[in-house]
Amino acid sequence: MSSSAIPKKSGPVKTVDLHVGEIAPGVAKANPIIVADNVTRSFGGLVAVDVAHVEIPRNAITALIGPNGAGKTTFFNLLTGFDKPDSGTWTFSGKSLAGIPSFRVARLGQVRTFQLTKALGLLSVLDNMKLGAKGQKGENMFAALLPWIWRKQEAEVEARAMVLLEKFTLDTKAEDYAASLSGGQRKLLEMARALMSEPTLVMLDEPMAGVNPALTQSLLDHILDLKTQGMTVLFVEHDMQMVRHIADWVIVMAEGRIVAEGPPDVVMVNPAVIDAYLGSHHDQDLGEDPEQEEENVTAIRELLDANDES
Amino acid sequence: MVDFWQIIQNASVELISPTTAAYALAALGLAIHFGFTGLINFGQAGFMAVGAYGFGISTLTFHFPVWAAVLTGIGASIVLALLLGVPTLRLRADYLAIVTIAAAEIFRLVVSTPNAGPITGSADGLSGYKTGFAALNPIPPGTYGFGPFTMNEYDLFLRLVAWTVVILCCLLAWQLMRSPWGRVVKGIREDEDAVRALGKNVYFYKMQSLILGGVFGSLAGIIFILPRAIVPSNFATTLTFFVYTVLLLGGAATILGPVIGSIIFWVTLSAVSGFVARAQEAGWFPGMSSVQAGQTRFIVVGVVLMLIVIFRPQGVFGNKKELAFVK
Repeated sequence: MSSSAIPKKSGPVKTVDLHVGEIAPGVAKANPIIVADNVTRSFGGLVAVDVAHVEIPRNAITALIGPNGAGKTTFFNLLTGFDKPDSGTWTFSGKSLAGIPSFRVARLGQVRTFQLTKALGLLSVLDNMKLGAKGQKGENMFAALLPWIWRKQEAEVEARAMVLLEKFTLDTKAEDYAASLSGGQRKLLEMARALMSEPTLVMLDEPMAGVNPALTQSLLDHILDLKTQGMTVLFVEHDMQMVRHIADWVIVMAEGRIVAEGPPDVVMVNPAVIDAYLGSHHDQDLGEDPEQEEENVTAIRELLDANDES
Repeated sequence: MVDFWQIIQNASVELISPTTAAYALAALGLAIHFGFTGLINFGQAGFMAVGAYGFGISTLTFHFPVWAAVLTGIGASIVLALLLGVPTLRLRADYLAIVTIAAAEIFRLVVSTPNAGPITGSADGLSGYKTGFAALNPIPPGTYGFGPFTMNEYDLFLRLVAWTVVILCCLLAWQLMRSPWGRVVKGIREDEDAVRALGKNVYFYKMQSLILGGVFGSLAGIIFILPRAIVPSNFATTLTFFVYTVLLLGGAATILGPVIGSIIFWVTLSAVSGFVARAQEAGWFPGMSSVQAGQTRFIVVGVVLMLIVIFRPQGVFGNKKELAFVK
């Protein structure tokens, strides 16, 4: 079974037929880019991640959702080498990544962004971009002293950076400090910078967090564009509208486990998902913690709203 | 009466003195650590001491020629950088600060123990290691220069060598910081996780930076001891903080800042202490003893450091734009 694209009545083109066999948590994918087995990570007594088996489909947009504290970001950190698991193995394009440090993971073509944007404030926007390019000769300390070795490559990197900046409408800001950008522009810069490394898998940790609505559409288009260019996207997001809009596949985590997965339309009506957003507190009297109650109600409302839209 | 002309003359000697060059070089090393890479090294005095003792001991005890003694000093600073960096560079930045300040003090206390006397000269330090360096002097004996800059052939040679080393190190640092290597270390200063996520071996770059700045520190230590003797008390933590004053005065993330900062620092220090000493003698400060007058300059250093950090945190040469975004 190969993945194929069919146009929907409106909105982006969704990639379908990603899975093999019955849809269930941990279902096999026709063409997985990441396959993870028995990945666990606990902080003291708290089991943050306990994933028995999951596969991320290639050349598709996969959303990782779940309530706060579900272990999404921790799982992200484990996959990218920013955190070490207690146990487990995972492969990226068939290559085992367990125990590989984060910078090597990035060199293999799996690049990530952060929930709290990490723009390098006192570097210019252009320097931020250039930093993303891989295999730069001038990054060797001794070669750095001999500019004729890297000058040509530097010019190429700069040209590529300007093309990307133009695409992300940041080209007029190229010479400014990244610290002068707005929150949304920093998100754009971080994504553009990640693309400088010509990745095969782009992992975005809450790309929409704190982005004003005017920039949301442009960010969505950029993410969709990644898929058109043949990249695979995995993102963590709380905004259900966005997940429904652009994701081809949704994986739901709760209390460290994968509780459901499937195409967005299917997953959103899955009782396990509604449970996931409520389930962690089903044995508590919600009335005792009005803040928590409000959070839960908001979560359900978001889910239901998202379902109504379709 | 206070002789202002004499004060100005004495202060202008510091413009090109080898000590000024040594502080400039040590501050340049610190600029690489702190200003460009974001490594908080509070033990630059330790790197200077290691360079000085490496040079002195290898000359006196092992009778090394000058070039080998300099290489020993440099090698010792590389070893120190590795010792400090291997365990701490994976940790948060503040751990390096703690470890470097402690290591510098440990080194100073170890070389001043009486048991180490035969090799390090303990608290009295070392002297008599300059003959090899003086023998390299191609300048014929005589008196050179004019006015306050009148000096003998050894002092002239020392100044030429010291400032040549400073200029070469500045060029080296300047070339590095405008290269892609410099971009990576500046990225590490801003956020090392972001740089790691882009596929750079952050630990390796931090180690390279620590070694490079440490080597500059050791060269500074060698220049520092050539016009005087090696005395362990010269390498106390106050030295590190004077070097920090020089660095912040000039601008932490600049190449020329440390040089200009060092010149301003020494000229001001000399002028202030000269003025206070003479004014005290002339009875301008009733109730102040001559010992107290000698200490006043350090009060001035402290006040100046505070004023810079408050009113001009980017230093004399720092980019004004940066100021808007200082965290």
